[in-house]
Amino acid sequence: MDLQTIWFALIAVLWIGYFVLEGFDFGVGILLLVLGRNERERRAMLRTIGPVWDGNEVWVLVAGGATFAAFPEWYATLFSGFYLALFLLLVGLIVRGVAIEYRNKHEDVTWRTRWDVAIALGSFVPALLWGVAFANIVAGVPIDAHKQFTGNLLTLLNPFGLLGGLTILLLFVTHGAVFLGLKTEGDLRERANRLALRVGVVTAVVAVAFLGWTEVQRATPASIVFAVLTAGSFVGALAANVVRREGWAFIGSAVAIGLAVVTLFTALYPNVMPSSTDPAFSLTIHNASSTDYTLTIMTVVAVIFTPIVLLYQGWTYWVFRKRVSVAPVSVQR
Amino acid sequence: MSALDLARWQFAITTVYHFLFVPLTIGLSFFVAGLQTAWVRTGDAKYLRLTRFFGELFLINFALGVVTGIVQEFQFGMNWSSYSRFVGDIFGAPLAIEGLLAFFLESTFLGLWIFGWDRLPKKVHLATIWITAVGTAISAYIILAANSWMQHPVGYEFNAAAGRAELKDFLAVVLNDTAIVTFGHTIVAVFLTTGAFVAGIAMWRLLRRGGQEDAPAFRGMAKAGAWIVVVSAVLVLATGDVQSKVMTQQQPMKMAAAEALYNTEQPASFSIFTIGSLDGSKEVFSIRIPNLLSFLATGDVNGKVEGINDLQAQEAAKYGPGDYRPYAPLAYWSYRLMIGMGTLAALAALWFLWAMRRGRTPGRLAVTTAIALPFLPLLANSLGWVFTEFGRQPWIVFGLMSTESGVSPTGSALEVGLTMVGFTLLYGALAVVEVRLLLRRIRAGLPPAEAAGLEPSLALGY
Repeated sequence: MDLQTIWFALIAVLWIGYFVLEGFDFGVGILLLVLGRNERERRAMLRTIGPVWDGNEVWVLVAGGATFAAFPEWYATLFSGFYLALFLLLVGLIVRGVAIEYRNKHEDVTWRTRWDVAIALGSFVPALLWGVAFANIVAGVPIDAHKQFTGNLLTLLNPFGLLGGLTILLLFVTHGAVFLGLKTEGDLRERANRLALRVGVVTAVVAVAFLGWTEVQRATPASIVFAVLTAGSFVGALAANVVRREGWAFIGSAVAIGLAVVTLFTALYPNVMPSSTDPAFSLTIHNASSTDYTLTIMTVVAVIFTPIVLLYQGWTYWVFRKRVSVAPVSVQR
Repeated sequence: MSALDLARWQFAITTVYHFLFVPLTIGLSFFVAGLQTAWVRTGDAKYLRLTRFFGELFLINFALGVVTGIVQEFQFGMNWSSYSRFVGDIFGAPLAIEGLLAFFLESTFLGLWIFGWDRLPKKVHLATIWITAVGTAISAYIILAANSWMQHPVGYEFNAAAGRAELKDFLAVVLNDTAIVTFGHTIVAVFLTTGAFVAGIAMWRLLRRGGQEDAPAFRGMAKAGAWIVVVSAVLVLATGDVQSKVMTQQQPMKMAAAEALYNTEQPASFSIFTIGSLDGSKEVFSIRIPNLLSFLATGDVNGKVEGINDLQAQEAAKYGPGDYRPYAPLAYWSYRLMIGMGTLAALAALWFLWAMRRGRTPGRLAVTTAIALPFLPLLANSLGWVFTEFGRQPWIVFGLMSTESGVSPTGSALEVGLTMVGFTLLYGALAVVEVRLLLRRIRAGLPPAEAAGLEPSLALGY
């Protein structure tokens, strides 16, 4: 396997990490006002993601940095091309990050309610836009002979792109609900489990439509297999939810999201950004990549440090493994 | 304004704004770790309360540092895609490595610190804040190494066929002497900023009307903060001096612009203040220290310092016809005011120490000083970056790529303008929220000791 393929795979791994981890905290954020009926419930919901959401978000920073380092042309074309979409995404992430950290720092109903809306919107918009972005990357966008994107924001908002956005959004909502079922207690837990199934059924239909459409456009044997596995694990997650095996349900939805990313990346390979203008203008793992020297150094760094990161992030989840209670903690400030 | 101008404005606004939070994030993480260490070692509840007080302020600040940092990584690709294509082989790696080595460390262990009060053994919990602090310092070094490569590119070769710069020696980039001196100067400035923040807040608490509660604790903090400022200020001067000499060798034009020195002089004097036409033709009034510029630039009081006009001729001969001069008034004043603001902060801290000697309490004037003190280093830091980045113009990578050719060809002025206004408004609103929140917490004073160590919901806000 050449270095370019290794880095294509590593970037897929980073996106898997991001979508699986930030996926559930986006889901919890989107559901904050839907499932959280009162202050204590909302606080409990936020406590389930509180210790980990920031670490989850770093996955996207590393994915972005790794794309810059390994495939500068991909990074440059993508980020300058999807300009306004990324701006909206950044605004969402900024507002959300501040909202999660600030909402409990002042004991005032208006203050909290505003931040709660900000958390919900700031989770909804990026979840949707990541889906739109990935659908468009896979389907191909207008790129000229100089590797420049020639479309605009509306180019991205095509039916396939929007379906991709909806799919990722719904996957994250289901994933978040399943996570809340796993991490909370009492009535909140029951409602989260019920919601996970209801949204999950819709998600399954939408996701199958999206993955099917993806295969129609870019079928490769591997990506078809992965698409089927994605659907299988997601259905498995819903089945586990029905029989109240919350741990398995979460593993199932996590695996489904991970496999969905794998499906998209295998459909993409060896392109990184196919051109809809002319296939000859497509960005591939070869014409977009850094030198072998840089990729070798990056590989060494990644091989040494990624396991360490996984180890201590895993430890965090172990430390906070207990369910969060909605018992009346005295709300002082 | 063109898309280029707007992209430059956007970079300046978002970067200077981001860097208001970065120094306090780094410095306060170490400071809070120190306070918590004092608590773990002595068991004195005062230190626990101080840990929680400054810990809260640290977290309020940290949140904005994190979210504004995301923009930094994205905008190289969004607004500077030609730059990204040209240098990605070299410049991308530090960004990826910063995320992998530093951001994961900071965010994960800070999460453990915030929520781990009742879940982790005392010493393990203490370790989490120290690891967070180390993470912030690692992050600082890596990103400064990336910036230093733009100031003084090393370890690369230009590949004409590929039309880009390519990495040849990774260690040369990481151990770039520019990066080492820049990190030295930045990290001590970070502690100066933190000391000023702590001293200002503690002094204000100490002197405000009816603010006698917890006076001993705040008195101690005012002194500690002031000492940190004074010691850091000496180190800032020393490291700044080393950095100036390296800069004079590597970017002589920047040093000449810093002094608005148009003609080569030997020895060269340093003007503290000049009124005159800045094109160098006429000087109306100037306060000058003889030989100082020679010493700052070369380490020799009689050293030769080259002027802008000579350097312009040299660079034109080397790189082809063009204007290689940065905008001198901006370089001149940002350099001076940076030094001035830092010096003022040091003087204020010295005065605090003098006025608090042997149990004395300073008078009302100290209240105003305490309010101004935290802002002085913030201003100095911003001016330092303005100087560093504007002084490098017209280059985006010194001697290798012009700023003009680094901008994204796809971005229209309308789009770039839209996002610039968008970020500016959003950042402005967040600044108001942040300052209000900080003030509310400072007014509330030290939190009670008994709540800490119980439910984290009481401990740190959830």
